[in-house]
Amino acid sequence: MSTFLGMPAPPPRPPPGTGNLRGDQAFPRAAHDELGNDQLRRNLGRATSTIRAKRLHVTGELPDWEALRDAGSAIKTDTMNRLPELLEQLERKVTERGGTVHWARDAAEANEIVARLVKATGSDEVVKVKSMATQEIGLNEHLESVGITPYETDLAELIVQLAHDKPSHILVPAIHRNRDEIRQIFLDRIPGVDPELDNVPAHLAAAARGYLREKFLTAKVAVSGANFGIAETGTLAVVESEGNGRMCLTLPDTLITVMGIEKVLPRYQDLEVFLQLLPRSSTGERMNPYTSLWTGVTPGDGPRDFHLVLLDNGRTAALADTIGRAALNCIRCSACLNVCPVYERTGGHAYGSTYPGPIGAVLTPQLAGMHAAKDDPNSSLPYASSLCGACFDACPVKIDIPSLLVELRHQHTEQTGVTTEKLAMKAAAAVMRRPGLYTTAQKASGLGRVVAGRDGTISRLPPPFSGWSDSRDTAAPPRETFRSWFASDEGRAALRAAATEANSARAEENSDHDEKDAT
Amino acid sequence: MRIGLFATCLGDTLFPDAVKATAILLTRLGHDVVFPPGQTCCGQMHINTGYQREPVPLVRNFADRFGDASIEAVVMPSGSCAGSVRHQHRIVADRYGDAALRAGVETVSAKTYELSELLVDVLGVTQVGAYFPHRVTYHPTCHSLRMLRVGDKPLQLLREVEGIDLVELPGAESCCGFGGTFALKNAGTSTAMLHDKTDSITATGAEVCTAGDSSCLMHIGGGLSRIRSGTRTLHLARILAATRTTPDALTEASV
Ligand code: SF4
Repeated sequence: MSTFLGMPAPPPRPPPGTGNLRGDQAFPRAAHDELGNDQLRRNLGRATSTIRAKRLHVTGELPDWEALRDAGSAIKTDTMNRLPELLEQLERKVTERGGTVHWARDAAEANEIVARLVKATGSDEVVKVKSMATQEIGLNEHLESVGITPYETDLAELIVQLAHDKPSHILVPAIHRNRDEIRQIFLDRIPGVDPELDNVPAHLAAAARGYLREKFLTAKVAVSGANFGIAETGTLAVVESEGNGRMCLTLPDTLITVMGIEKVLPRYQDLEVFLQLLPRSSTGERMNPYTSLWTGVTPGDGPRDFHLVLLDNGRTAALADTIGRAALNCIRCSACLNVCPVYERTGGHAYGSTYPGPIGAVLTPQLAGMHAAKDDPNSSLPYASSLCGACFDACPVKIDIPSLLVELRHQHTEQTGVTTEKLAMKAAAAVMRRPGLYTTAQKASGLGRVVAGRDGTISRLPPPFSGWSDSRDTAAPPRETFRSWFASDEGRAALRAAATEANSARAEENSDHDEKDAT
Repeated sequence: MRIGLFATCLGDTLFPDAVKATAILLTRLGHDVVFPPGQTCCGQMHINTGYQREPVPLVRNFADRFGDASIEAVVMPSGSCAGSVRHQHRIVADRYGDAALRAGVETVSAKTYELSELLVDVLGVTQVGAYFPHRVTYHPTCHSLRMLRVGDKPLQLLREVEGIDLVELPGAESCCGFGGTFALKNAGTSTAMLHDKTDSITATGAEVCTAGDSSCLMHIGGGLSRIRSGTRTLHLARILAATRTTPDALTEASV
């Protein structure tokens, strides 16, 4: 007798993330628009090549750089393997030290929690520390919709906010803007700014500082992200360059920190590794100017009220997948963006997500899924790479992004039904697995000679090859394949001649030896 | 040494001169070059485009044709195909293959080399007796550089070529924008990368741009031809196979 136990099935996947994790058009289309923007390409080219050179300099000077990368990778891998336990430990420690921990399943829940906490203080404005997590959930838009005004205090983030623009880089959100554009944005949008403002960077920074100073001194609530959260001690860390973050983290009465759950680290000592890896990889500095660490609340020092919002938003789903688990190791240094030849040409907006560049192409589909709709723009992201591998070499935690992209492409083709591409791939494989058919097909390719021009090149091809032939000529197929040459009299004669040369060279060598022996 | 030559489907069908040069060069160096006739394609295009079930028979065919223990090393004039054999065949075999395929893949990938690796690491030569009196610049292809880590082995070989005027390529290590089906799926971005590459190449004033992979050369060469730059592309094997007595046919014809 047998008992029917039901069909075996994999467990349901945890829900995908929501918020700014999906563009509205596929990468090639979005990139097409950006590629036409010469200003953008010039700005990006200049900015990324400067950061690249600085990074190579400061990573090259450390004798233990590779060991640091291995350590960073090992610590993050260990973290992901026991994420639940570490998060509970973090919650315990933060609570012990007088903070309050909130758990947010997705963007909407996180936004609601933050808005509720701000309202409870009676304030209708917040100052913000640059943060990817709050960009991801669209916190600013949500706060505005409930009557709370957010002020970005990071210079680049402020530029983006004032221009009603979107960040295009993890670290340098306004990398797509140059000084003249920034000057114009300030003139248009900062109330009471000096109409004589010029485009000297120091003057632009001073104008922003004047505008922000008043906010720092009056704001009652600050919202931040976190680079790291230490499970062992409940300590949070923010790494920055300008010091504006430090002001937000210390001056207001209430501090609300939104942290992705993957940002937890097991031990305080782990900072030793990451505070070396992060600044050197991101800005190319040996040490960033400001590192703020805080643990719960300290009476008489800093905020009196501290809230930590732990954000899932698709991370549990990513963790359940080998690709996603590797991608969660990312510490958002942006080195992979700065070395990426695709990012350098298209900029960050083409990726349609808070997370652009090589890691964005992996992380975005992992967090938000890539089959939410037919022709989901996220399903184009794994293909937004030539697989050149520069990102893997640059990554401080050794995420093998090219391999992850190839795996993600495989997931994509496994999950889509029959497509013309799939049929073509099957047909190609079917021919190539049979040497006889393959040889016949090779002969047919010789027909390409018919369409070639008199100079032996083909300059126009039908779709899907027209994108290729728009800017590249193709040589006509040769008269003869290698295998037929190899088997031909001509081929045999050529190889015989080469072998004769080898023999005579050998004979000469031997006689050289003999002569030497004789002396 | 008995060396199995894998022509690659692209080399066999579209760029046979690079494969001929490889066969002639290795024979001239005194080795026994065999060409297992049942060989076809390594499946790289399938795998990189996201298809792993379809290339299983290709992976198996490769392992079968070159698994023979009498073949001491397998060589191919392509960094990306060698990269696929060494790094990707295992993934396909683990996921969709059987124990026999996994074992076959292990054996074959351990003795698979790209041309410059075979010459420098296995055969221990950098002076191959080549003569090529032209101004040449070398583009290190991404997969040879970052997947196989061939480093400067191709340059070591080129520096020993008699008569060569070897000029450094600015921004050499940046990708030319090919990336297989990337050049079709993201043609605009690929073209932007190609233009920067062809600009750097023409700036060197080289007559010839060389590399260890016919696919990247097809891309770069197609771009150079379209802008009528006058610089042509030539596979590394063809430069190394050229001698005083048997110069490269293409160069000979065009001089
Ligand atoms: S993937 Fe690596 S290089 Fe890219 S941002 Fe993350 S940590 Fe930095």
